[in-house]
Amino acid sequence: MTGMAMVLRGRSWLVTLAALLVLVAVNGVLQPNLFTGNVLKSNLTVFLPLVLVAIGQTYVVLAGDIDLSVGAIIALVNVVTVAVINAVGNGVGAVLLGVTAGLLTGIVSGLFNGFLVAVMRFQPIVTTFATGIIFSGMALWLLPTAGLPVPAVYWRTYSGSLLGLPVTLWIFALALLLVAILVRRPFLTHLAAVGGSRTGAFQTGLPVARIRIQGYVLAGLFSAFASLCLTGETASGDPLMGRMLALSSISAVVLGGTALAGGSGSAFGSVLGALVLGMIGNVIFFAGLPFEYQTLVQGLITLAALAGGILVARR
Amino acid sequence: MNRIKTLLAEPLVLASIAILVLLAAGELLSPGFARGDQITRLLTVAAILGIAAAGQSLVVIGGREGIDLSVGALISLGALTAGNVMSGSNGAILPAVLAAGGVTFAIGIVNGLGVTALRIPPLVMTLGMMGVIQGGLVVLSRGAPSGNAAPMLMSFVNQPLLLGLPGILFVWALIAVAMWFLLRRTSFGYAVYAMGSNERAAALTGMPTSLLRTLLYGLSGLFAGLTGVCVIGYTGNSFISVGDQYVLPSIIAVVIGGVSLAGGAGNYFGVMLGAIALTLLQSVLTTLQLEFWGRQIIFGAVLLGLMLLYGRQKQLRV
Repeated sequence: MTGMAMVLRGRSWLVTLAALLVLVAVNGVLQPNLFTGNVLKSNLTVFLPLVLVAIGQTYVVLAGDIDLSVGAIIALVNVVTVAVINAVGNGVGAVLLGVTAGLLTGIVSGLFNGFLVAVMRFQPIVTTFATGIIFSGMALWLLPTAGLPVPAVYWRTYSGSLLGLPVTLWIFALALLLVAILVRRPFLTHLAAVGGSRTGAFQTGLPVARIRIQGYVLAGLFSAFASLCLTGETASGDPLMGRMLALSSISAVVLGGTALAGGSGSAFGSVLGALVLGMIGNVIFFAGLPFEYQTLVQGLITLAALAGGILVARR
Repeated sequence: MNRIKTLLAEPLVLASIAILVLLAAGELLSPGFARGDQITRLLTVAAILGIAAAGQSLVVIGGREGIDLSVGALISLGALTAGNVMSGSNGAILPAVLAAGGVTFAIGIVNGLGVTALRIPPLVMTLGMMGVIQGGLVVLSRGAPSGNAAPMLMSFVNQPLLLGLPGILFVWALIAVAMWFLLRRTSFGYAVYAMGSNERAAALTGMPTSLLRTLLYGLSGLFAGLTGVCVIGYTGNSFISVGDQYVLPSIIAVVIGGVSLAGGAGNYFGVMLGAIALTLLQSVLTTLQLEFWGRQIIFGAVLLGLMLLYGRQKQLRV
């Protein structure tokens, strides 16, 4: 084994990081004003929701499960938040109440998923697909069509600045901080143990069901964060929000070096993976490809990146 | 009591009961629901899903977390290819079927090579492939609906052919026999089950597991392509996301049909009943004249109920 392979062993996120740097460089060449404050901020605004969902999805995947309902949770949280704000009034208090209701919705959705998968022992893929249908049904019930605006104070705050830095950057930094705190908790080791060998973890005396539920709750919570960000971006309620984010979040998690079988990986990797997916879209957009080829090239690059990451991790 | 319990645990029995209950519910809600021509109509829709689920079940039985998320995009591709090759002419039906099946079989083989030679997890490989095919579809069609079904194909799918049944049902029956023969009467079939339950043991007995698995993904692609031909025969033309609605139902039909997602167990007859039950459920919910959200919530809840009956995983405490 060469020295290079030694370094990469178990650290396939290094490859993702390298890919990200290359993409940023290419993007910088194609779009000379990339490194100006405004462009960076608008890029971050676009990437942030996927980054947040991917972080949440990581904790589920680490435990050997999967959550296909995150997209529907995003829609439900958005609709609940907007509905509560509009029902209470349009002041700052109403916004805070709405955001709290939204976060609770995310947590409860995660609890529901976790209960079905970990306690009832339902198969994760089919179960979270089914709960996703239920969640999006509930979102459509609360708000049949897109509309219902959020008050200006909400989206002005989201697109504004705090202490000279954009609010989106603060959210990004806080999410990373949260991940960093979780890395230091025994919880993460337990999660990986459950994902690596469920029977082994059980025989060691770990509360397997509780740990898996906690993974789903984190996924629900981070989906709620993502939804609140999307709401700040669109400034309205949309029961179909977040449709594509479930599958993209899985791609981001895999790109970040987390094994789908569970047991190894990191949420930081998923952040890199989400950024890579976003940058692929950017580069293709600025490369001036004919419009109809953009989806194809994006699909090919994403597939190559997914395959490449897995191959490198195995060496 | 115990015998009833064992009988109820049998997916074939359960799915049959579910079908009868749903039929009765439909008839109660709207008299005429269980009439012959209505049932024929339902079976036609179920056949389209069932053919897609045939490929899905092969991949799942083959084990190692086998799953094919690209079937939806492949169905769209099959429909688009077939529609453009025949472009409304009866004489070009056979070339259209061959072209659609050939293209999707080839892409399925690529999926299989990714899973075997590169050892990419099936979920990731087929998810990535789904993105690539969707991109290809945009290039091929420029986003607009294109292709036309030949009149003969449309009447084959929609109009009675023999004994009052449309031709597609005979095709489905033929596929069922072929699947049974393939899985239960050939060494290929036994190798698939062996590989699905214990790949290492299968490899050690000298089975060409990589080749087998690659073929399974190829067959899944082929079935998706054939489903695409049926879809364009059913609707007359195709648009680029026409197959998306079949991806998760094909997996659910497989699960309801008693095929374990862990691989190595199950048969296609159960999957057929699963496809019929799923189609019936959707139809009953439509008959209820509920708002869309109400149908969605009930559909999800029924799926969870079905999981309670047989989607459960082993307990850790032994």
